[in-house]
Amino acid sequence: MIMKNGETHISSFASLGIVLTVLLALTTISVLVTGWHLGPFSVAIALIIASIKVRTVLTYFMHVKFENLFLKLMITGVFVLYALVIIITFIDYYLR
Amino acid sequence: MSNSDSGTYVSYLDYEGKHKGLMGWLLTTDHKRIGLMYLYCVIVFFFVAAIIGELMRIELIAPGETIMKPQTYNGMFTIHGIIMIFVIVIPALPAIFGNFFLPILIGAKDVAFPKLNLFSFYLYLIGAIFGVLSQFIGGGAPDTGWTFYVPYSAESSTNVIYALVAAFILGFSSILTGLNFIVTIHRMRAPGMGWFRMPLFPWSLYATAWIQVLATPIVGITLLMVIAERVLKIGFFDPALGGDPVLYQHLFWIYSHPAVYIMILPAMGIVTEIFPTFSQKPVFGYTAILFSSLAIAFIGYFVWGHHMFTAGISYGSRWFFSFLTFLVAIPSAVKVFNWVSTMYGGSIDLKPPLLFAIFFIFLFMIGGFTGLTLGSVATDIQVHDTAFVVAHFHYIIFGGMGFATFAGIHYWFPKMFGRMYNNTLAYTSSIVLFIGFNMLYFPQFILGIQGMPRRYFDYLPQFQTGQVISTIGGFILFAGLLIMVGNLMWHARRGVQAPANPWNGVTLEWQIPSPPPHENFDEIPEITHAPYLFGTGSDNKTI
Repeated sequence: MIMKNGETHISSFASLGIVLTVLLALTTISVLVTGWHLGPFSVAIALIIASIKVRTVLTYFMHVKFENLFLKLMITGVFVLYALVIIITFIDYYLR
Repeated sequence: MSNSDSGTYVSYLDYEGKHKGLMGWLLTTDHKRIGLMYLYCVIVFFFVAAIIGELMRIELIAPGETIMKPQTYNGMFTIHGIIMIFVIVIPALPAIFGNFFLPILIGAKDVAFPKLNLFSFYLYLIGAIFGVLSQFIGGGAPDTGWTFYVPYSAESSTNVIYALVAAFILGFSSILTGLNFIVTIHRMRAPGMGWFRMPLFPWSLYATAWIQVLATPIVGITLLMVIAERVLKIGFFDPALGGDPVLYQHLFWIYSHPAVYIMILPAMGIVTEIFPTFSQKPVFGYTAILFSSLAIAFIGYFVWGHHMFTAGISYGSRWFFSFLTFLVAIPSAVKVFNWVSTMYGGSIDLKPPLLFAIFFIFLFMIGGFTGLTLGSVATDIQVHDTAFVVAHFHYIIFGGMGFATFAGIHYWFPKMFGRMYNNTLAYTSSIVLFIGFNMLYFPQFILGIQGMPRRYFDYLPQFQTGQVISTIGGFILFAGLLIMVGNLMWHARRGVQAPANPWNGVTLEWQIPSPPPHENFDEIPEITHAPYLFGTGSDNKTI
């Protein structure tokens, strides 16, 4: 992948393979969790697992790892925004 | 050296590339041609929705059935809302003026992804056609209102799925346009144009683009969930299936309130360009206007619950959303003070664009203040789902976004078409529109306070006076629209040739010929100072 400053980053097959394995493992866990009857926490755990998967894909497959701090902060900001929206909605449910 | 100084050139209207004639338009990747194609589509769909609005006004001129059945009326207000919101007010300003002027204003030759831009246009067209078709096929016109509230939208036997798919496709178009603009602004600004040397219309598009990219997917998924509920009987929202209808309202308004800012932020950006030009004075409080755009975009994400005060949300949520709603009024007010202060002490030239922009401030302020009535829990409960909401909403959307669009088209018309319109007709249309608008919508504030519900086909006799005034206003407004569109369309081809800079503007679009050449600039300009420097003897760039 060619970055803005002209540098090239090629991830090794080994690291991509590890990432793929982690993603498959997390998918398996998220399926298994649905059978554990965790009540209101089941949604929270599903969201946490999904967030880890998204972060992994962004970092390794989409090469955010090699981007500058500004872009990383912007992506983090988007995560925070979505998290706040979800938290506010759930607080409403909790207080009702 | 600019194109304007170089003698002959080929404008984007006459340019012939790989494809010629009609195909030269349908397959174009030129941001200006795509902007014009959006403009023509918006005009067509706007008149469709406006005529539907007029038919509704005729129905309401007297109690009881006048010209249509109740079910037809339900279909009419639904499709009026779907077209106006999803086909016109959300996409129009970024799609028309954003496409046409963003690259020029930042000194670029096109947007970052020209082919994606054309793809966005076709998605828009397909979505818009789907929305209109939903009126005429299958089980009858959708009757849910543009908000598609469940559980009714999950149960109605009408063409709700077609309308949902239309909104979904239009949302995709909006996301792609936003993405294109973000990348364009980040990567394609001319040399020397730092973030704080960028004109304020691109800044408003930047704030808008983030909302388009981040909020639209939420409503897209939500609409798909409604389809899944209707088709597969999955219980997301319908209590009978184990779902929660309030969750739908949360998800819908998480998008649809920020969507109001998709509509209004570019409108604010347009008038921010107009006030300095027609006052021949630098914009007052550049930084304050810039950060107020970002603040509106950010805070606007967290005020959605004020649409749900009567829907059964918690007490804590009510005061939280009410507080934030009042908070978002502050950056809006900052802008208004800055626009007025820009005019103060300036050399004011009351040309039609400025007149429209002043009308915008007046109408937007009425919409804004009545918005505080709705943002306060106690008063909202009294007027919720009444004609008061209809009036407030139209003062913001039509009085705000609509009049800013009229200001923008009169401001940039000479640049877009290379022709001048008739000033007398432009003044006439602006005044007729202003009178018609206020006659149409102001009585609805009073009707709402008196208890007239929104979306009702029939009403009690005591509401008739207000309804009649409103209907007469509707016809005056429509006459104003005809005068304005007729004036612009006629003079787009037959008007007097426009000079490169008819208004003595200083931003980059006024430094190139009218209409612009195919790639805007012979050479990418180098920006040497902040925008809006009037009377210094220097323009905004070195070309």
